[in-house]
Amino acid sequence: MTVNPIIATGAPMSDSTPTGAQRQVVDVERVAATKRAIPDVPRAVMSCAELNVYYGDFLAVREVNLSFGENEITALIGPSGCGKSTVIRCLNRMNDLVVGARVEGVVRYHGQNIYHRDVDPIEVRRRIGMVFQKPNPFPKSIYDNIAYGPRVTGMRPDSMDDLVEQALRGAALWDEVKDKLKQNAYSLSGGQQQRLCIARTLATEPDVILMDEPCSALDPIATARIEDLMMDLRQRFTIIIVTHNMQQAARVSDRTAFFTAQADDTTGNRTGLLVEYDRTEKIFSNPSEKRTEDYISGRFG
Amino acid sequence: MATLADRAGTQPLRRATGGERSSRAVLFLLALWLSLCTGLVFLVVLVAQTLVEGLPRLDANLVTNYTSLLYPEQAGFRAAILGTVWVIGCTALLAIPLGVAAAIYLEEFADNERWYTRLIEVNIQNLAAVPTIIYGLLTLGILGGLQLVLDFQNRNVVIGGALALALLILPVIIIATRESLRAVPAEIRAGSLALGATPWQTVWRQTLPAAIPGIATGTIIALSRAIGEAAPLLLLGAVVFIRYDPNGLLSGFTTMPVQIYNLVAQPQEELRTAAAAGIVALLALLLLMNGVAILIRNKFQRRW
Repeated sequence: MTVNPIIATGAPMSDSTPTGAQRQVVDVERVAATKRAIPDVPRAVMSCAELNVYYGDFLAVREVNLSFGENEITALIGPSGCGKSTVIRCLNRMNDLVVGARVEGVVRYHGQNIYHRDVDPIEVRRRIGMVFQKPNPFPKSIYDNIAYGPRVTGMRPDSMDDLVEQALRGAALWDEVKDKLKQNAYSLSGGQQQRLCIARTLATEPDVILMDEPCSALDPIATARIEDLMMDLRQRFTIIIVTHNMQQAARVSDRTAFFTAQADDTTGNRTGLLVEYDRTEKIFSNPSEKRTEDYISGRFG
Repeated sequence: MATLADRAGTQPLRRATGGERSSRAVLFLLALWLSLCTGLVFLVVLVAQTLVEGLPRLDANLVTNYTSLLYPEQAGFRAAILGTVWVIGCTALLAIPLGVAAAIYLEEFADNERWYTRLIEVNIQNLAAVPTIIYGLLTLGILGGLQLVLDFQNRNVVIGGALALALLILPVIIIATRESLRAVPAEIRAGSLALGATPWQTVWRQTLPAAIPGIATGTIIALSRAIGEAAPLLLLGAVVFIRYDPNGLLSGFTTMPVQIYNLVAQPQEELRTAAAAGIVALLALLLLMNGVAILIRNKFQRRW
């Protein structure tokens, strides 16, 4: 399959007359032209229902209902503070690590509620991998970075070397590092480090991969490589990505969920909520909600 | 925009009032230098005097001989050196695992919001500032209890000295370990946990190894402090002439600083010379240990 970012990234920012024509942030027609056929209703691998997340007494996100389709890329977009990172961190129970965080509602993974009291969060994280905003390789060799997950999760592959190679090939990093597997991971460039982190996630053989703004610390070329990689990985994995970059969401995702933050009338606390969730080309060409349209056309956020 | 550029280009870069070359700034700098020099001069004079005094006795006898009142010119530190090795070895065995484990608990597992965690933290900070002789008193109490169970008469035993010194350096080790654990970025922990590692695996395989250089540095500095310590050991009754090698946890002992303290108080000139030589040897050892600590820090220091 052809995987190339073909949507113009350069929004015509120069023409910034405030009363002028609507800024075209994303080239709608080209988005629609690149999209493949996906079912109307996602074949959900994961879903969340009536999800409320609190940090202490503060309600960060309320009543999120979403389902994430198998072998699809779902993008969560929205302005800062709209709770999209909070939501993605609920999906593999990383929010458990935040002191005072509390989750209400149901998050289903293959039908099981991962917040059920019999569910071990460790086991959840083994099935649902995560890639973070800043590349965070371990201060070890490239090889050991990849082998770490399989080792701690007690996987007994016939050959760890093969597993490492497969993971690195899966993340399109093998050719660049095959001669220096024993080198420290910190010797890699930022983009390579992020692909190493993706490879590290692949090695534990999850079926869902969460990506929390995986390209925000990378240059455009490294970003394009990660995007290519994501298009490639969706054939085997279900990918959920949080991104600040609307062009990125438009380029890579099959479906897009738009979040925004709304201030409480009495307390003034800003709580995130899901505004609209639909196919990406619909969100970017013909959104149902006015707020979505305002955001994607660059009027706020 | 243009006007701003014009002004920036045409204004001469005059010396600002109160800048780094004003008389006040220079005076302040001089005062700082003076303070530094005062400290340094005292140190140099002290070391030089000790060196000159001890120089005639810096020989092999100093290490191989026991101390002696009959032949003061050949008195040595054999028992004290071996006693120091025994005591510091046991101190390290007691204090390092306990201190590192306590720090791991406090830093990685304890809920910092709880009042008892905070109480423990405040107490550890305070313990680091307690006069060392208090630790001697505490150890005397513990040994009194131990004597009910174990059969020993003298309280000047290796395990007693090690207990006192271990208590003494425990807060230092805990604080140093916590500092170096805290320096390991949260992303490393998050990355490990997101791969399905348990919190315990994360500590054992990621956080602790990354913190080892800092822990080693802190521990060596704590141990070198323990080596130079005399007060708590004096309280246990370590000021005795010992003319045998310590051979067990319940063996009597003396250490370098204690024996130096002892020799300095003797009337014979030769013994005081031996004490000076002992000080030089002890200083050299401490310098060596701190040097190793600095080497470890520089070699393994990581900027995240």
